[in-house]
Amino acid sequence: MSTPFDYTLASARDALRARKISARELTEAHLSAIERLDGSLNSFITTTPENALKAADAADATLAKGEGGELCGLPLGIKDLFCTNGTRTTAASNILRDFVPPYESTVTSNLLRDGAIFLGKLNLDEFAMGSGNLNSAFGPAINPWKRNGSDEQLVPGGSSGGSAAAVAAGLVLGATGTDTGGSIRQPAAYTGIAGIKPTYGRCSRFGTIAFASSLDQAGPMARNLQDCAILLRSMAGFDQRDSTSVDTPVPNYEAALNRGVKGLRVGIPKEYHADGMPAEIEALWQQGINWLRDAGAEIKEVSLPHTKYGLPTYYIAALAEASSNLARYDGLRFGARVKADSLDAMYEASRAAGFGEEVKRRILLGTHVLSSGYYDAYYLRAQKVRTLIQQDFLKAYEDVDVLLTPTAPSSAFALNEKPSDPVQMYLNDVFTVPASMAGVPALSVPAGLDGQGLPLGLQLIGKFFDEETLIAAGHVLEQAASFTHRPTIHAGNPA
Amino acid sequence: MSTVITGNTGDWEIVVGLEVHAQVISQAKLFSGASATYGGEPNTHVSLVDAGFPGMLPVLNRECVAQAVRTGLGLNAEINLFSRFDRKNYFYADLPTGYQISQFAHPIVGKGVVIVDLPDGSTREIGVTRLHLEQDAGKSIHDQDPTRSFIDLNRAGVALMEIVSEPDIRCPEEAGAYLRKLRQILRYIGTCDGNMEEGSMRADVNVSVRRPGEEGFRTRCEIKNVNSIRYVMQSIEVEARRQVEIWENGGEVDQETRLFDHVRSETRSLRSKEDAHDYRYFPDPDLLPLEIEQSWVDELKAALPELPEDKRARLEKEYGISRYESGVLTAEQAVADFYETVAKNADARLATNWILGDFFGALNRTGRTIEDSPVSAEGLRELLSLISDSTINGKIAKEVLEDMVETGDSASAIVERKGLRQVTDTGAIEAAINAILEANADKVEQYKSGKDKLFGFFVGQSMKAMKGKANPAMVNDVLRKLLDA
Repeated sequence: MSTPFDYTLASARDALRARKISARELTEAHLSAIERLDGSLNSFITTTPENALKAADAADATLAKGEGGELCGLPLGIKDLFCTNGTRTTAASNILRDFVPPYESTVTSNLLRDGAIFLGKLNLDEFAMGSGNLNSAFGPAINPWKRNGSDEQLVPGGSSGGSAAAVAAGLVLGATGTDTGGSIRQPAAYTGIAGIKPTYGRCSRFGTIAFASSLDQAGPMARNLQDCAILLRSMAGFDQRDSTSVDTPVPNYEAALNRGVKGLRVGIPKEYHADGMPAEIEALWQQGINWLRDAGAEIKEVSLPHTKYGLPTYYIAALAEASSNLARYDGLRFGARVKADSLDAMYEASRAAGFGEEVKRRILLGTHVLSSGYYDAYYLRAQKVRTLIQQDFLKAYEDVDVLLTPTAPSSAFALNEKPSDPVQMYLNDVFTVPASMAGVPALSVPAGLDGQGLPLGLQLIGKFFDEETLIAAGHVLEQAASFTHRPTIHAGNPA
Repeated sequence: MSTVITGNTGDWEIVVGLEVHAQVISQAKLFSGASATYGGEPNTHVSLVDAGFPGMLPVLNRECVAQAVRTGLGLNAEINLFSRFDRKNYFYADLPTGYQISQFAHPIVGKGVVIVDLPDGSTREIGVTRLHLEQDAGKSIHDQDPTRSFIDLNRAGVALMEIVSEPDIRCPEEAGAYLRKLRQILRYIGTCDGNMEEGSMRADVNVSVRRPGEEGFRTRCEIKNVNSIRYVMQSIEVEARRQVEIWENGGEVDQETRLFDHVRSETRSLRSKEDAHDYRYFPDPDLLPLEIEQSWVDELKAALPELPEDKRARLEKEYGISRYESGVLTAEQAVADFYETVAKNADARLATNWILGDFFGALNRTGRTIEDSPVSAEGLRELLSLISDSTINGKIAKEVLEDMVETGDSASAIVERKGLRQVTDTGAIEAAINAILEANADKVEQYKSGKDKLFGFFVGQSMKAMKGKANPAMVNDVLRKLLDA
């Protein structure tokens, strides 16, 4: 090992246990990398170096006794949507700019229980609403990757853009993300890292700021699937405080890594051959098919006939819930308040000042689709289509075990290439939204670079609570792709 | 029974439906572990869930569901094994999340019926449309500061049962009888204390009028949050008259929400239909649909206490009391329990008369309730047993009861202390009576010449002479013997 930034989470774990490196060294190295590089990435909203170093010393003391949880001494970043006790949690919104929760989310509690060290809170699209991390009140996070021969700033994807950028640039060994319609998978693909959106109900939503409750799901983002598997085992689990969390045992996901795909039936959904998808992505998809076939999988074409309705119904269902979930940000009990002469005026002023443009747009849309006279045409119909989309998957799973698709229809785009039409922006989620609507697990792994030198991801979608098969198949892709490229901005790069 | 309003152009019938909000008796709130107890310093019974903090999630309180099911069973209603929680969205300062979790499309309890007793002695069935569970809001306090309002979230999230009646009520008296009966049932089952002063039971009153025999209903107005049975009855009367006047003057009643002002005895518009909230109901994605097992419902049913109607029927049968008497004696569970403790193994008729008469009189006089009665059921039973075994007579017993109320001593102790034991010594009685007859020889003559009514005079004089302690039956016997001899 030449630098601390060559470690993966798994190898760092082993090195810590073997006392080849101390938690303090590892933490200091990452904190200094953040200091050095995050000015050009803006991946952190808040850093907590003092807490991190204190926790590192405690971890070293524990490790010295030969004790410590699975994540003991490993530096992570936390998407700033997870409430962290005593550390401000903003959701990248002005309305929560100074909000310090007196409680810890279940997911971060689990990570702390297992010894993880938090370096800070990571940038995102405001309230997780976006696909480019362009909608943050703290400014956009920047993708550490550059196009060949260009210094133009690219988006890291979203909404977990800060998580993706920080992991890709080596500022943290792993990060938490949340995925409502692709917010883990798409940024993972844009930044050349791995990310898992687990089955809905696998990770508790308690203490995670809600965007769309029936879709939100926390998951890990890291350099590779082994690291994601280690993190997911810690994050997942039943929680009495979340009625939608599911009481089913958490397996050792890492142990599933090398199961292989011999005999595995892999479905290729024909509806995912989207019009106007770049040939490179089509080619990469075919490459993925070949890799899995070569490793012993059986490839089958399947049909998910309601795919084309995924995006519109997602934007109805998600925004309806969001319009209600965000009603609590009224300036009364916490968060930013703008004083005014009447209660209604105070609401209007506080929310006008506190929410960004995209959040306002989505609250308006969500309010509209629930309104009397429109409910049946929009919300109710979307719920019905959602059931059909779920049935598409269940039907496909009668013939196949996993589905393989591209993660996103393009590679990362430049900040100034942001489409002026918000709907164009929403199209980034076209491949990731259906799995979210169905609640099934999905992951993205880096599979290659496009002609501009930017990473592209492949998505695997699995059966309910069968993350293990997904991880096994994903690992086959990882090995075949042997994706070892590093972005232009990386902690391990020579200064 | 129905009240007809006679207008200038003819008669009008009143149509009323009630939505009663009954606060569920439970330790914790509907979706959080915070205390559901009434009172407490402002904002001391508030969890982060109740205050709507980011990332907080509701978790359904099983006991509140059980209470709703028990209530449904008490209303002879269908229990829906599948129900669902919806969000009712609106902004208000005492609603922290910006939505109330309620059951809009799929309530936990369906159609039921309440049998009400009317003042004229008749009964009527009032249909219950549904009962659903929902959260209460907090309290806005506007009178503490000239420019600011304060919010107390102690009540926010406490479980309410909204019990919706069919528009079966035809007059203020029926509305009153329905509310009293509903409150009685809730108290019997122990699902709501029915305390309207503390706001644990409130009613929204839907009123419309129509011509007798007219099909269908005319536009109704909803009078919000009426907090006493008397005001409910008054508001119906006042609102119905207002609507009659509008119709008779060729106007249209607007569908609107109104407030009842009991000081001015009028209803006032709160908001019109145009200003009505669009609540944007949709299923709460934080909660799964509620599915309960029939076996659990059966368990709850088996453990249900005897309901007022059943108790009435049984008391009438076991103790031979009238329907009126059973009504009074079962109005409160505690009264019924008291009655049964006294009447069991005693002379039931004597017990009934004494409780409805002197005992209730003593409670009224002292301003006490059955729960803090100055005389226990056992104490009263002892007193009655002293009557039954002729230790004292009824008149003396009244005196003893007064002493019991005052001193708290037992009946027998008082009888001993005051020497009130009934005189049953024939010789002593004869001696006293002879003295009376001698002193009133003229009246004895009159009696013997046919003035029968004087017999009562001799009884009175004899009892008086014996300080009321004589056994009245023996006095009668001796008098007859001596006078009619």
